[in-house]
Amino acid sequence: MDLEILRETLLLEQHNTRIVVISVALLGGTAGLIGSFLLLRKQSLLGDALSHATLPGIGIAFALMSAMGLSGKSLPGLLTGATITGLIGVLLVLAIRRSTRLKDDAAMGIVLSVFFGLGVAILNMVQKIPGQSSAGLDSFIYGSTASMVWSDFCLIIVTLLVTSVMTILILKELTLLCFDPDFASVDGWPTLRLDVILMGLVTAVTVVGLQAVGLILIIAFLITPPTAARFWTDDLKKLLWISTMIGAVSGWLGASISALYSNLPAGAIIVISASFIFLVSMIFGRARGVLPRYLRHLKLQKKVGRQHLLRSTFEILENTQSEAPLKNIPISMELLRKHRYWSKGELPRLIRQARAEDHIERQPSGELRLSESGFGEASRITRNHRLWEMYLIKHADIAPSHVDRDADMVEHLLGAEIVHQLEAELELAKSDIKSPHAI
Amino acid sequence: MRPEHPPEFPLAVHDLTVAYHRKPVLWDVDLNIPDGSLAGIVGPNGAGKSTLLKACLDLIPATSGEALIYGKPYAEQRDLIAYVPQRESVDWDFPVSAQDVVAMGTYRKLGWFKRIGTTQKKQALAALEQVGIGHLANRQISQLSGGQQQRVFLARALVQDAQIYFMDEPFAAVDAATEQAIIELLQSLNARGKTVLCVHHDLATVSRYFDHLVLLNMRVVASGPTPETFTRENLQKTYGGKLNLLDDVAQALKNVGRP
Amino acid sequence: MNWTANDLHIILVGTLCALACALPGTFLLLRRMSMMGDAISHAVLPGLAIAFLISGSRASWWMFFGAAIAGVLTALFTQWITRFGKVERGAAMGIVFTTLFAIGLILIKQSADHVDLDPACVLYGALEYTPLDLVTLFETAEHLIQVPRAALVIAATLLFNILIIALFFKEFTLASFDPSLAKTQGFRPMLMHYLLMTMVAVTTVASFEAVGSIIVIAMLIVPPATAFLLTRRLPILIATSLIVAVLSALLGHLSSQALPHLLGLPETTSSGMMATATGVLFLLAWVFGPEGLMRQNSGELKKPEHLIDLDEPKALEKH
Repeated sequence: MDLEILRETLLLEQHNTRIVVISVALLGGTAGLIGSFLLLRKQSLLGDALSHATLPGIGIAFALMSAMGLSGKSLPGLLTGATITGLIGVLLVLAIRRSTRLKDDAAMGIVLSVFFGLGVAILNMVQKIPGQSSAGLDSFIYGSTASMVWSDFCLIIVTLLVTSVMTILILKELTLLCFDPDFASVDGWPTLRLDVILMGLVTAVTVVGLQAVGLILIIAFLITPPTAARFWTDDLKKLLWISTMIGAVSGWLGASISALYSNLPAGAIIVISASFIFLVSMIFGRARGVLPRYLRHLKLQKKVGRQHLLRSTFEILENTQSEAPLKNIPISMELLRKHRYWSKGELPRLIRQARAEDHIERQPSGELRLSESGFGEASRITRNHRLWEMYLIKHADIAPSHVDRDADMVEHLLGAEIVHQLEAELELAKSDIKSPHAI
Repeated sequence: MRPEHPPEFPLAVHDLTVAYHRKPVLWDVDLNIPDGSLAGIVGPNGAGKSTLLKACLDLIPATSGEALIYGKPYAEQRDLIAYVPQRESVDWDFPVSAQDVVAMGTYRKLGWFKRIGTTQKKQALAALEQVGIGHLANRQISQLSGGQQQRVFLARALVQDAQIYFMDEPFAAVDAATEQAIIELLQSLNARGKTVLCVHHDLATVSRYFDHLVLLNMRVVASGPTPETFTRENLQKTYGGKLNLLDDVAQALKNVGRP
Repeated sequence: MNWTANDLHIILVGTLCALACALPGTFLLLRRMSMMGDAISHAVLPGLAIAFLISGSRASWWMFFGAAIAGVLTALFTQWITRFGKVERGAAMGIVFTTLFAIGLILIKQSADHVDLDPACVLYGALEYTPLDLVTLFETAEHLIQVPRAALVIAATLLFNILIIALFFKEFTLASFDPSLAKTQGFRPMLMHYLLMTMVAVTTVASFEAVGSIIVIAMLIVPPATAFLLTRRLPILIATSLIVAVLSALLGHLSSQALPHLLGLPETTSSGMMATATGVLFLLAWVFGPEGLMRQNSGELKKPEHLIDLDEPKALEKH
């Protein structure tokens, strides 16, 4: 029964919840789009200062409209008030930052707390005004979709569509502003005005979202989707798409669930859905997620370890034999252990790995011997290493005694193409390459 | 027009003073950069080198004085200017590719609302090839080395196709190969009649790289052709009592055969 | 207005709370973490709710621990997301505190039938009602000295904060100005970080019931920021921010009673006006302070002392 209604709500088949779900999903998508730029501008928390700064405006608008004999709760009026004080708050943050030694966080904190305090004081006053019911003003703090009417949704949807179109129109300009404001300014772009436009777009989204989500949680809509999306991609266009989708999905889920269960506030459900997506993205995100990054690290470590083992073996062979050609003879574990610094347990692990890859065989005597493929691989690795060392000495003015460490770090990343380049550059492709320092 | 700053100078700075929170950083800076020169601004840390560059480009408000580009205020001459900020001034984790960054150099000509198209992409790619990293065009910028990132910035300036290039520490923390590539590029720009102005910190290379030199420590200690300006006396004035450094420099001076 | 014992009590509670907040707030400001105060004070909500659901009572100790743990977890989660996810700190903080606040909100709404815990109370507090719950400090035949219970709780927190800061003054100072130096000196900046976060959480929790989180956020951030515009020396900075905090509490309560009457409106909540009063004091410092807007564009710049003298090159040779 319940599940059936849930399905209908989610699929927008429920007539009376359809408009709520659509507008909140649209809100999430738009916030995800604009929030991306807020994140890239490193101003995420400015949204928080902004949303708190709207409260005095709501109170004042209510009082003024009541005083003029209008309905104090007309949404366009309240939102106009919210927009005005919200923008004043943001401009104050910018002004404090420009003209004092105080940093971002303090500037935002001051505006946030003082405006919020003022807002609470004003609301407290106006709620005692006789004759006007002010019930429902609280929904601007905690968010509630229950008290919203048809015209409210129309206002929200129109504002959001206008905001999205504007953002998409100035995508290029916003990107430049966020990436390199100094360059933008020298190039003749009005960076201050662009910043104000960006804040204006953020304000528009915040203000229309206040009633549904509440002013404390609305910033989650601006921050969480883009931060989650960043884990999946390094490409700005994809980031904007993913962020928009995450915002829309969170909004859709949140609005649907809270439409069914009246004691689950929409704002809270939306935030929790978005945070859940964030958590999944942070762990599994393809581009910057924790797990993929860790796996890449492990893979590189494995590769580096293998190269260290094979090169060491090869160098020992070179050291123990005086005449060419080099013979692949068994060597003792002890020699290998002494040849370079191994961390605890590293050597046996690497040997096990190399045996599994058929690069090294254990002799009946307990000594180790390179297999045929292992010998080829070891000589190739050693050669690359030395090529790189010589490149560094020749081109980077590094003292030979310092070369080994740097070479270790970089050679593992060398592709075949660069090796060819190095060989050509050093004109050494044909002859054997000796180590430039004592092994 | 001020008689001491005639309009043939690509950059003329007149009595420029800059202060942060009422603490002066530049004091009465007055200088001319001759047309077609490859000029260096050199001085100790905190001498206000970058500040001078930024004040000339209106990035920092001047307390008094002015900077003129070919005799006119900077705002009227933007088309003539390309700017290469310090590499650390931007976040290299930003989700864009090398080509995207270079294409930003075309935005001004594109104007508002228009998106970059094939022409701009081709321009960007050509500039990347000119600085030797055409094959990295689609690489995300955080996956580039420091030297490659510097080259991306340089390519962006090339795309701007300017008369005067303002560069903030283009040689800071780059590898030797990149440094060589950059200086060759600057010299080729110079050979085509462009003026290049670099904030620079390495005294050992000054006389090899620049034909005009500004020694700066809050005020201009000396400004003129490098051979006359890059003297022990001037350096001592600029760097004050930092003798260790001066000895290194003396060595460097000997190596290039100047007093 | 009529000056009553109630007003005295409200001012007492507000002042103690302002003092207790301004102390850790100074170090938050110096560490550029002022917004952490905002985050923590929102994020204690689930701690309060869970403690309430488990214990089934509003007994202060349970709520206190629940909220303090939630507060410290905010700092911890933010740190993790910043470090492992390579996310900018502001964004990480925003994600953590909104998530926790949302969880708290749901928990409270879910148990709304049998719980007398209102999220509004966490925000606004009930400063006006503190005089209703009095504790007798001392009683003789002629005198009866009573203070609000909330005042005792907050006074204890204030003492705790004073003690911690007095004990670790050197460490806090170093960890605020130069975390890497502090680390090499063996001062464990992370330990100091979490100690500071604990102080903020404890102060938030102790204050919320009486005054609400609005005052806590305002008093954590604004008085230190105001002092920062007036002085650069740490001991004076702390002293100034304490003075600003006390003044705000006093002016805030007075204006909450007096101001609305000028507009023909009923009196309003003291906690909101106390936050507003800090804002007014900050504005004054911003405009008229030694580095304020009034001075920024006036008067000659002083010629810097260490300017190189170009006329006397010989003088430098002596160095």
